[in-house]
Amino acid sequence: MTRARIDWIPLALVVAVAAGGLPLVASAPTWLTLTVAGLAMGMMIFVMASGLTLVFGLMDVMNFAHGAFISVGAYAAASVLVAMTGSMQAASVAANLAAIVPAVLAAIALAGLLGWFFERVVIRPVYGDHLKQILVTMGGLIVCEQLIHVIWGPDIIPLPRPATFTGAILLGDAAIERYRLLAVAVGLAVFAAMWLLLNRTKFGLLIRAGVENTEMVESLGYRIRRLFVGVFVAGSALAGLGGVMWAMYQESVNAQMGMQVMVVIFIVIIIGGLGSVGGCFVGALLVGLVANYAGYVAPKLALGSNILLMVLVLLWRPRGLYPVGRA
Amino acid sequence: MTLFTTVLSGDMPRSRALAAALILVLAALALAPFLFPGTRSLNVAAKVLVFILLVASYDLLLGYTGIVSFAHTMFFGIGGYGIGIAASKLAPTWASLVLGAVVALACSAVLALAIGLLSLRVRAIFFAMITLAVASFFQILASQLSHFTGGEDGLDFKLPAVLLPGTKLMEATPFGVELNGRILSYYIVFAGTLCLFLLLLRIVNAPFGRVLLSIRENEFRSEAIGYRTVAYRTTANCIAALVATAAGILYALWLRYTGPETTLSFSIMIDILLMVVIGGMGTMYGAVLGATIFVVAQNYLQDLMKVASAATAGVPLLPNLLHPDRWLLWLGVLFVVCVYYFPYGIVGRLRLGRDTPRRQR
Repeated sequence: MTRARIDWIPLALVVAVAAGGLPLVASAPTWLTLTVAGLAMGMMIFVMASGLTLVFGLMDVMNFAHGAFISVGAYAAASVLVAMTGSMQAASVAANLAAIVPAVLAAIALAGLLGWFFERVVIRPVYGDHLKQILVTMGGLIVCEQLIHVIWGPDIIPLPRPATFTGAILLGDAAIERYRLLAVAVGLAVFAAMWLLLNRTKFGLLIRAGVENTEMVESLGYRIRRLFVGVFVAGSALAGLGGVMWAMYQESVNAQMGMQVMVVIFIVIIIGGLGSVGGCFVGALLVGLVANYAGYVAPKLALGSNILLMVLVLLWRPRGLYPVGRA
Repeated sequence: MTLFTTVLSGDMPRSRALAAALILVLAALALAPFLFPGTRSLNVAAKVLVFILLVASYDLLLGYTGIVSFAHTMFFGIGGYGIGIAASKLAPTWASLVLGAVVALACSAVLALAIGLLSLRVRAIFFAMITLAVASFFQILASQLSHFTGGEDGLDFKLPAVLLPGTKLMEATPFGVELNGRILSYYIVFAGTLCLFLLLLRIVNAPFGRVLLSIRENEFRSEAIGYRTVAYRTTANCIAALVATAAGILYALWLRYTGPETTLSFSIMIDILLMVVIGGMGTMYGAVLGATIFVVAQNYLQDLMKVASAATAGVPLLPNLLHPDRWLLWLGVLFVVCVYYFPYGIVGRLRLGRDTPRRQR
């Protein structure tokens, strides 16, 4: 079979939304600032949401405890960074990276480990039963949130951004925060890596085949269970990475943050089409852009803009932007 | 005996222990103002009553129809805000309270119908996510329209004088308890809960309830037999929403306050989930036991844990695990264990060996 054609209309929609924002905002520098902010927010949401949608597509599991992985990642990074305050405040990129890289690695490792444990102990007995999945993962979320309180204490932990990524650069009249550029870069890198993995490797081929038809892949002699575990762990690790990015963006960590982002994440993966990574990417960008434009043009509307966007998209394409085969 | 069967719609407890527990709860709640005088214990008793109703209505969705909704607190909140806005913006009279209640019920019915028709056609997970989004939107709405809803602070309001604690209803003081407006409020909540609970029991034991059960067990077959499953699920969604709104109305009448923290917050939604599952999904009596145990634990388990935490001071991590604020941790663990091993919760356990309904997979 030749490579599937890419549906360009949703991508064009992102560009259209960005272009449509310009006359609404009515000032080019402000528009640029808002667009970069929207893209950065979208990228961070994408990093957090991509694992969830992939897990759903492959295993038909909706993990409501995904938010807990996000919080755990953020807390793990915060613990590392608190120990390395010195190199965070240093004005050199190398010193900053020396603090951030271990922190991010810790977040990924801990979230991935938790994901592995979660898949084995909590989710494995309830494959194929949606009702129990929702209940059990909600229970897991409660327990994880409480355990975070037990281990890290109930207070909000401040998490400063590294010195070289604070402040903004001026592009003409538009001020663009450095951290947002970093977030866009990381998000793009994750998306590119995921796209290459899914479309250019045997592993990715198996995952895509598994999403389309699990039994067929099994009957060809591949152990799809192992693939499941791998994808689940990778998805959890990505949630941990996204948690660090989100926490630095908010400059604080608290145990409820995972659950708070979950609502946006659900909206994004519904918009994108449950199970579709590309749809998740486009959906995240749309949500990020719309939230930022709406926040500027009509602040009262901003918080509800996600829901409005979701309703509009579902009226247009009831199964999301990129519907996945098995619905 | 036939009277009992009629009142309970033929759904007898079918277990001595369960019957004893239910009678105990009923007696304790009916006589609460005399058995446990004092503001705190009466508050706990009223909260138990309201949550019994709220959890029973949620069980109609989760346990009987197999729908997971996260918008149940939204309907609870609509009831609370209906009374709150009517009493604070109009006048604290019976007429405005009735108006507020009717408007709240109508709002809930329309909203539940809309959500149901739009999203009950699709899979359970989709409905769960949509309701989560809608509920969080409603919560934002309530905190944003602050001139109308009081924002984060909520609404304090007055009630007709006969319901206020300062009003003495009778000169007599049976068992040394003064019969004031507060006691009358309590019995209004009690009567409302009892009537609506028995109504729900009637609904789930009627042919309508059997159809809901069949949809839970196998939607495809129910459809094939000729039942319009979407219509049944939407109706169940509307009934549950209306009862939740009624619970919100009763709670607002009791508290004389409505706010996002007491009615709309996501943690209340989690509490409801815990109560349904621990008490027993698919059994109305589970709501009674679940809500009673949970609310009592919420208020008194912390005292116990304080003692335990102090006793284990010095041992690493253990005092933190037993810290009074961590009571939800233990109920969360109990919740997960219940989902795996006791799918019908406490009630299912007590009825075990009689005629436990079995799920076919």
